[in-house]
Amino acid sequence: MSVDLLYDWLNESIPFLSGNSLLLLLAIVIPAILLFLVIAVNAIVLVYAERKVSAFMQDRVGPMGQGVGLHAGKWGMLQTVADALKLISKEDIIPRLADRKLFIMAPFVIFVGAFIAVIALPFGETLIVADMNIGIFYILAVSSFGVIGLILAGWSSNNKWSLYGGMRSAAQIISYEIPAGLSLVTVIMLTGTLSMQGIIQYQSGGLFDWIVFSSPFSFIAFIIYFIAAIAETNRTPFDIPEAESELVGGFHTEYSGMRWSFFFLSEYANMLVVNGVAVAAFLGGWQSPIPGYLNSPGWGVFWFISKILVLVFVMMWVRWTFPRLRVDQLMDICWKYLLPIALFNIFGVGIWTLIFG
Amino acid sequence: MGIIHGEEMVLNIGPQHPSTHGVLRLKVRTDGEVVSDIYPVIGYLHRSFEKHCENVTYEQVIPYTDRCDYIASMNNNLGYAVTVEELMGIEVPEKVEYIRVIVSEFNRIASHLLALGTYGLDVGAFTPFLYMFRDRERILDMFEMVCGARLLYNYIWVGGVSHDLPKGFVETAYQFLDYFEPQVKEYNNLLTYNKIFVERTADVGVLPPDVAINYGVTGPNLRASGVKWDIRKDEPYSIYDKFDFDIPVGRGELGTIGDCWDRYWVRMREIEESVKILRQALKGLPKEGDVHQAIPKKIRPPKGSIYKRTESPRGDLAFYITSDGKPKPYRLKMRSPAFTSLSVLNKISRGWMLSDVIAILGSLDIVLGEIDR
Repeated sequence: MSVDLLYDWLNESIPFLSGNSLLLLLAIVIPAILLFLVIAVNAIVLVYAERKVSAFMQDRVGPMGQGVGLHAGKWGMLQTVADALKLISKEDIIPRLADRKLFIMAPFVIFVGAFIAVIALPFGETLIVADMNIGIFYILAVSSFGVIGLILAGWSSNNKWSLYGGMRSAAQIISYEIPAGLSLVTVIMLTGTLSMQGIIQYQSGGLFDWIVFSSPFSFIAFIIYFIAAIAETNRTPFDIPEAESELVGGFHTEYSGMRWSFFFLSEYANMLVVNGVAVAAFLGGWQSPIPGYLNSPGWGVFWFISKILVLVFVMMWVRWTFPRLRVDQLMDICWKYLLPIALFNIFGVGIWTLIFG
Repeated sequence: MGIIHGEEMVLNIGPQHPSTHGVLRLKVRTDGEVVSDIYPVIGYLHRSFEKHCENVTYEQVIPYTDRCDYIASMNNNLGYAVTVEELMGIEVPEKVEYIRVIVSEFNRIASHLLALGTYGLDVGAFTPFLYMFRDRERILDMFEMVCGARLLYNYIWVGGVSHDLPKGFVETAYQFLDYFEPQVKEYNNLLTYNKIFVERTADVGVLPPDVAINYGVTGPNLRASGVKWDIRKDEPYSIYDKFDFDIPVGRGELGTIGDCWDRYWVRMREIEESVKILRQALKGLPKEGDVHQAIPKKIRPPKGSIYKRTESPRGDLAFYITSDGKPKPYRLKMRSPAFTSLSVLNKISRGWMLSDVIAILGSLDIVLGEIDR
C-alpha cells in the first residue's frame, strides 16, 4: 500500500478533488493511522504471547480468566487490553526535579523512532507504505533514532538509576548497530540492491533461494544479525539498560501510566522492525517457502507475519532461558567477536560471489 | 594503559531495591560503573529481638527465633532448643531427634532453593527462580502438614517438638525426594553450567580463605573458600554424628576458589547432601515414641551461661544464654551468620562493577531478618 498507489486510487475515485493536495494528505494520513493500529495490535498480541510463552516455560499458566463477571476473558486473552486500559487511566507523574520538557518528549522520540522504521517494512508485494530504493539503509538509520529518546529519558528523569540505564543503552545500541549493519552489507552484496522489495524479489524460488541458506557466510551473517537484533531491542541476555535486578527499571524507572506504555509500545514495535528486517533480508520476506504454492498477495502477508512471529518466539525463548551479561562482557562480545566475524564475513561473501555468483 | 577517572558518585542501593533481599541499604561510591566503596546501612528491620527475649519466658523465645532467619525457621528453632536443653541438661527422646533432623534438613533445602533461585534472578535468569520456588512449595506443603504453618513454624520446642509427624508424612517425604533428586540435574543444566551464568559469576568477588576466617564468615560462604568447616561434622549436635554425608567445599572448578560461582555451587551440592541425610533419617525414624515426653513443665535453667552453635543454612548460628535461675533469660545473644557474611561485602566487591556487586551480594545469601534481629 504505497502512498503513490493510494494517491492514484484516491484521485480516480474522487474525481472532483483530483489533483488537490488534500488527497495527498489523506494518502499519507490513512497509512499512518493504519500503521499506528498495526503497532498497537502488535504490542497487545506480543505482550500476551510473551506472558503466555514465559508462563509455559516456567511451569505456570499465565494470565487466566476465571469465574463469572469482569475477568480477563478465556485464557486471559483480554489481559493486555485490561492492562492498556489501566495504563491509560493511571495518574501521570512527572518528578518535581525532572527536566520537564525532555521528560515529556522522551517517550515520543522513542516511539517515533520505532514508528518511522515500520514504514519501510514490506508486509506484502504491494503492501508497503514507502518502498524506498534505500529501504534497508533507511531502516538502519532511523532505528538508531530511538537511542536519543533513551538518553533523554535517562537524563531528564534526574534519577541515578535512569542515568545508568540511559548511558548503558546508548553504548549498547550504538555498538550493536555496527555488526547488524555489517551483516546486512553481506545481503546487499548478494542482491545488489538496497530496496526492501528488491531484496525480497531476489529470494524468489522457495526455501533454498532464501539468502540465509544461499551460502555459509550468509548463514553466519543471519546469526550475527539476530544476536545484534536482540541487543538492539534491549532484551535478555542483553537487557542491561533495564536490568530490573540491578537498575530497578533503568531509563523508565520514573515513568508511569501512558508515558511508560509508550516505551512498551516502542519496545514491541522495535521487535517487529528488527525481525521484519531479518525476515526480509534473510528469510525471503513475504515469499512462500515452496515456490508457486500459496503465493498470492494475501498469503504473502501471512508468510511475512508468521516468519516474524517465529523469530519473536525465539527471542522470547532466549529471554526466558538466559541470565544477563555484564556491561563490559556485552561490549566484548560486540567488538571482539561479532565485529571481526562480520568483517571477515563480508570478505567471505565477496569471494563466494566471485566463484559461484 | 591508564584508566580514565571521572567524578565519583554516591548511589543508594535500597532500602527499596529488587536485589537487596530485604530492606538493606548500600551506600555505594561509584566511578561510572566501577564501585570503589560500599557501606552497608542496616537496621531497617530491627525488632529488638535480644531485648525482647529478656522479657519473655524461655518457651516464648521460640516464636521470636522464627522471625530472625525467616527463610530457615526450623534451623533457628533447633539452634535455640539445643542450647537451652544443654543448659538444663535435658535428654530428648530419639524420635524427637530424628524428627528435628528431618525438618531442619528439609528447611535447609528450602532455604538453599530460595537462595539459588533469587541468585539466578539477581543475574537476570528468571526461569530457574520459578522452578526452584515450585519445588520449595512442596517442602512448605509438607511443613504445613507437620505443624500447620508455612513460614514461621514454632515447631521445635525445648525438650521436644510441638506435634508428632502426621500420618502419611514419611511417604510424602519419600515421594518428594524421589521427585526432587532428578530436579537438581535440571537446575545444573539450566543455570549452574550456563555459559553466561559462569561468565557472570566465576572469578567474581573472590573471598580468600584467610580473609573469610578473619572476618568470621561461616557456612557455605566459608566452605566455598575451600575451608572444610561444618558444625554438623566438626562439633555434632542433635544426632548428626549418626549420618553419613560429605561436606562440599569450593574447588574453583570454573574460576578461582571462593568466587561467586563456588558459593553457588557449594549450596547446590549441599542440597544433594541434605537429600542423603534425609533418606537416612527417614529410614531410621523410630515408629513408636512420645514427642512430648521430655518437654519440661517449667523451663527454669540453673544459674550459669552457655554458648552453643549449630549449622544453619547460612552458617554458624549460635546462641549465648545467661541464666540467673529465673524463668526468663537474663541475657540472650544471637550470633547471626548473615551479619558476618555481609561485613565482608565491602572487602570483596571493591573494584568490581555495579552489576557484580549485586551478584556478590546475592551469592553471600543474606537474610535481613537475621542481620537486624
